[in-house]
Amino acid sequence: MRAMVYRGPYKIRVEEKDVPRIEHPNDAVVRVTRAAICGSDLHLYHGMMPDTRVGTTFGHEFVGVVEEVGPSVRTLSPGDRVMVPFNIYCGSCWFCARGLYSNCHNVNPNATAVGAIYGYSHTCGGYDGGQAEFVRVPFADVGPTVVPEWMDDEDAVLLTDALATGYFGAQLGDIVEGDVVVVFGAGPVGLYAAKSAWLMGAGRVIVIDHLEYRLEKARTFAHAETYNFVEHDDIVVHLKRITDHLGADVAIDAAGAEADGSFMQHVTAAKLKLQGGSPIALNWAIDAVRKGGTVSVIGAYGPMFSAVKFGDALNKGLTLRMNQCPVKRQWPRLFEHIRNGYLKPSDIVTHRIPLEHINEAYHIFSAKLDGCIKPLIVPNAA
Amino acid sequence: MAYTRQRPSTGESPDELRARIPGWGADLDPADRPSVPKLQLHDVPGVDWDFPERQPEHQPRERSIEHAFLTPVFGTTCPPRGLSGAVRRLAYRRYSEGRAAHWLLLLAADRVDAWENHLRSFATLRPDNPITETGVRSELTRGGWSSRFGRKRADTAHQLLDPVIVAGPWVAVAAAALVAAKRARRR
Ligand SMILES: [Zn+2]
Ligand SMILES: [Zn+2]
Repeated sequence: MRAMVYRGPYKIRVEEKDVPRIEHPNDAVVRVTRAAICGSDLHLYHGMMPDTRVGTTFGHEFVGVVEEVGPSVRTLSPGDRVMVPFNIYCGSCWFCARGLYSNCHNVNPNATAVGAIYGYSHTCGGYDGGQAEFVRVPFADVGPTVVPEWMDDEDAVLLTDALATGYFGAQLGDIVEGDVVVVFGAGPVGLYAAKSAWLMGAGRVIVIDHLEYRLEKARTFAHAETYNFVEHDDIVVHLKRITDHLGADVAIDAAGAEADGSFMQHVTAAKLKLQGGSPIALNWAIDAVRKGGTVSVIGAYGPMFSAVKFGDALNKGLTLRMNQCPVKRQWPRLFEHIRNGYLKPSDIVTHRIPLEHINEAYHIFSAKLDGCIKPLIVPNAA
Repeated sequence: MAYTRQRPSTGESPDELRARIPGWGADLDPADRPSVPKLQLHDVPGVDWDFPERQPEHQPRERSIEHAFLTPVFGTTCPPRGLSGAVRRLAYRRYSEGRAAHWLLLLAADRVDAWENHLRSFATLRPDNPITETGVRSELTRGGWSSRFGRKRADTAHQLLDPVIVAGPWVAVAAAALVAAKRARRR
């Protein structure tokens, strides 16, 4: 089969690889029909995530058709059109039994501090991902769901991470009616978080970024008030001024490890890999939220330490909430919102690129060329 | 105003928001939000085991020393090999996830792994191409210049470092190879 393969930082190519086999009785093999590149894939692409091995296939956002199932699989059969959450999880460990699907203890031998994710380095379990023609899907009875008849593949693929994560981020903010919510980062997850904040009753939603075309999308898609931090000498002071010097009730970090805004932080984290991520957006969130407010973190960070302004968080009495999204818990409610027309996930898709040209898709997305917000990957066999 | 007790107004009433934003307030009740309450013991649909069957371990699988045993299911892509593999095994065997040494060794192994594979690829029919593999062609076809300049972007300053990071080691290796070849010829 054809598959995207990592060749070292900033380098990928498409190779011929063996079609994955059933390795466990509850495995399935899925033929991928749509995959996506996620902002967090860029941390792998830039060589920031420890134990990212040459030869790995990335991709934790994909939908497809079941090709083969293991002997203990009861709920899926070949031919089923399925969407697969980015979390690999067993459904039976201490964590899964309490709904913490993204924190499963039975699927990642390499680390206990993170669950398992398709195509996301050995630190996240050493599984190949879905930017390929076929992918191994463990615990086929637990994670995947048959795509509802009325939903198209492009909406379904965005539910496997980006939309679920953005919505989850708004939930972590514990928004109450009338809250002022500020979202740092107008990428796919930030756009969905801003949109979801309204569903939860926000009174005002503000989005911060430096890419004008993404701020434009935040205004039209997410109905948000937007500010370009490059135009303000100090974005924290600006946010204080426009919130009666109180600060926002809730701040959401949807930027994560490669946030821009401080050259020094960016270079020490993203270029020199001396931090687990550059916490610029997180530090702005801590400083821009009001005392006693909530900071929700859904941007991805690596396992190394980051220079976070913890003293400010303590002195302001903040609640910091964060996790990787337990995707499948969000689905029933999100399906309703899509059906009701409150959300149209694929509105943010800007590029559809064949698997054979995935090296260019990564470059376009990473360098933010051509107005790129969300690139989808179309495998040859799709 | 933060200096008095009243909450500042956001300017729009719930009715105005509902009219302007499709779905406004649909999840106003926290009970409708799927991850609230958080830690609630439940049966996950599809699961009929207490502990999963174990996936066969065909070759020794490295694992965090914070785990009691090899997890019942694990990824099998790219097992450790070569010098990078030795460094990775050491990182897993010796240091917990709480130690910086664990992660720094793994990052170092990643850099070694890349070069082991670049060099190995030159002995195959498909050597690494450090230019096409970066997807840099899209700079020409997808507006490399127009996307960046005059657009108030914060990232253009450090993007100039990217070519140095990507091409720098290749230039250094090529220069070292050239010097070595010259020396060998002189002898
Ligand atoms: Zn992701
Ligand atoms: Zn589990």
